[in-house]
Amino acid sequence: MLAMLLRRLGLGAITVWIVSVIIFVGVEILPGDACTAFLEREAKGKLLENCREDLGLNRSAITRYAEWAGNALRGDLGVSANGQKQISELVGFRLRNTLLLASGAMLVGIPLALFLGIVAALWRDRPMDIMVSTTAIAAMTIPEFVSATLLILVFSVWLGWVPGIVLTSANAPLAEFFPEVLLPIGVLTLVMTAHILRTVRSSVIETMASDYAQMALLKGLPYWQIVFRHILPNALLPTINVVALTIAWLLGGVVVIETVFNYPGLGRMMIDSISDRDLPVTQAIALIIATVYVGVNLLADLLTMIANPRLRTVHMRRS
Amino acid sequence: MDDPATYQRPGPLARFLTVISDIVSRPSGAIGLGLVALHLLLALSGPWIVPYSFTEMNAGLMLSQPSSAHWLGTDHLGRDTLTRTLLGGREAILVTGIATPLAVLWGGLLGVFVGLAGGRLDEVLMRIVDAFLSLPWILKMLVLIVTFGTGIEVLIPTLAFFYGIPVIRIARAATHDVVARDFVQAARARGHGRATIIWRELLPNVRDALLVEGAMRWSWMLLAFSSLSFLGFGVSPPTPDWGLMIADARGFMSFSPLGVLAPMVGLSSLIIGINLTADALAKALGIDRAQKAPV
Repeated sequence: MLAMLLRRLGLGAITVWIVSVIIFVGVEILPGDACTAFLEREAKGKLLENCREDLGLNRSAITRYAEWAGNALRGDLGVSANGQKQISELVGFRLRNTLLLASGAMLVGIPLALFLGIVAALWRDRPMDIMVSTTAIAAMTIPEFVSATLLILVFSVWLGWVPGIVLTSANAPLAEFFPEVLLPIGVLTLVMTAHILRTVRSSVIETMASDYAQMALLKGLPYWQIVFRHILPNALLPTINVVALTIAWLLGGVVVIETVFNYPGLGRMMIDSISDRDLPVTQAIALIIATVYVGVNLLADLLTMIANPRLRTVHMRRS
Repeated sequence: MDDPATYQRPGPLARFLTVISDIVSRPSGAIGLGLVALHLLLALSGPWIVPYSFTEMNAGLMLSQPSSAHWLGTDHLGRDTLTRTLLGGREAILVTGIATPLAVLWGGLLGVFVGLAGGRLDEVLMRIVDAFLSLPWILKMLVLIVTFGTGIEVLIPTLAFFYGIPVIRIARAATHDVVARDFVQAARARGHGRATIIWRELLPNVRDALLVEGAMRWSWMLLAFSSLSFLGFGVSPPTPDWGLMIADARGFMSFSPLGVLAPMVGLSSLIIGINLTADALAKALGIDRAQKAPV
């Protein structure tokens, strides 16, 4: 158990390390650097040389990578190219705002998805299931900017219930984001719920067909006892991983949603930094998002391991 | 039962028709395939059936309501919304229609190769794949697009590259299922080389999985393409494109909701159509496709 735990941690760390190399090499092979972006048209001759000298860009790539990665490990993400501000300060509030969105969506989405998924599975192929499943397919396949725009049109333009755009500044206290944050949370919840409930549904259906569930049924156990004692504990196990994947996806999908709603989160900051060619900020955000992705997946694997005695000993899938 | 002596393997055409009829026999498959066919037909015939030119502006008719001349009204530049909606999928279908097969091809071949080869190479490659998948798609794509421009000559290879990476994993897993079977062992025992085994034994067996994966990739690529357009990093105006149209018409939603609703219906119907078809295709080919989050 402990050995496997360490192995998983090690693999996660290796993945994050490879990500950092990809990010660094990716930025490295792109034309231009922090100095050409900062100086723009003036980027030539002495000025460019001085700037590169100042930022240490004329040292070898390996030295610079070591410095960047070493600092990042200590939480120092460097300074932004245009504002010369500490990136960790810039990122702090943005990360908090994105976490507000994500946690709001998870708080509503996960219980809702479990409930709807189980209901759809237990009443399989009935009108209720068909309605839930069809809505889920639509919600998860339609691009986020389409569902976001549609929700703005209905709930903000037509009904006037909630604001359709966020005007609060990035470092405002959390309370000021209400009620503006409700629609973005709604869109995220919609997509997230759809993904999770599909898995819950098929997992419950699969478990219901298993031998031990059939056995329990033939023994004459009450239906609801079978559902709660035999089916759900086993069926919900694979859900942990899907929830993790969905949270990880959410970090990418949130970029579009934040842009639609003008929400000052990490995703919009990423788009802005890419458009401004602020490479240090882009690198930092990429590293944060990838680390969260790997971390969440790791956590899901560990939870699955703890919840499922069989997996504690058997070599894990997808190791 | 077929007599083995007279049994003939169905030809590619017969097989194709069987799969198509299987898809159409399911209600969701029939709807999905119908939607996809309709969109393809529209993309091909669009320029000949639309009532106006997509650039024709009419200053007196800005944001007009639906009328007999303009069934869906006009946009903020007085251009016919129906015309632009009917043409709005052409660029997206062209780009993703080229990028999807490319992605499946390179990802599939590499996945089958490492699935067969295994060892160190496989370990290292899968770590790199994991690392790539842990970065949000939009970040990966935007960095390239902002640097190299937003033309289709950049979009196609970019989409093909990033969307081929998850295919590696699928192809590798499908190969692992096949590689231990007797006929592959037999081919090895006969002394066939790697290339022959991949070509004659593995590819025909992972083809179905790759087809289904390709259909899914297509819908995710469309999602990515239109999201990029929406964010202003895709198609450049005045080309009619659903993502761009929605972005443009968003500011005028309260005056003319049809301006956003029409391209939304266009885009959503194509994406839903592809997904329904992919699901039906998976069932027709007997592929168990776990639902995954787009990456």
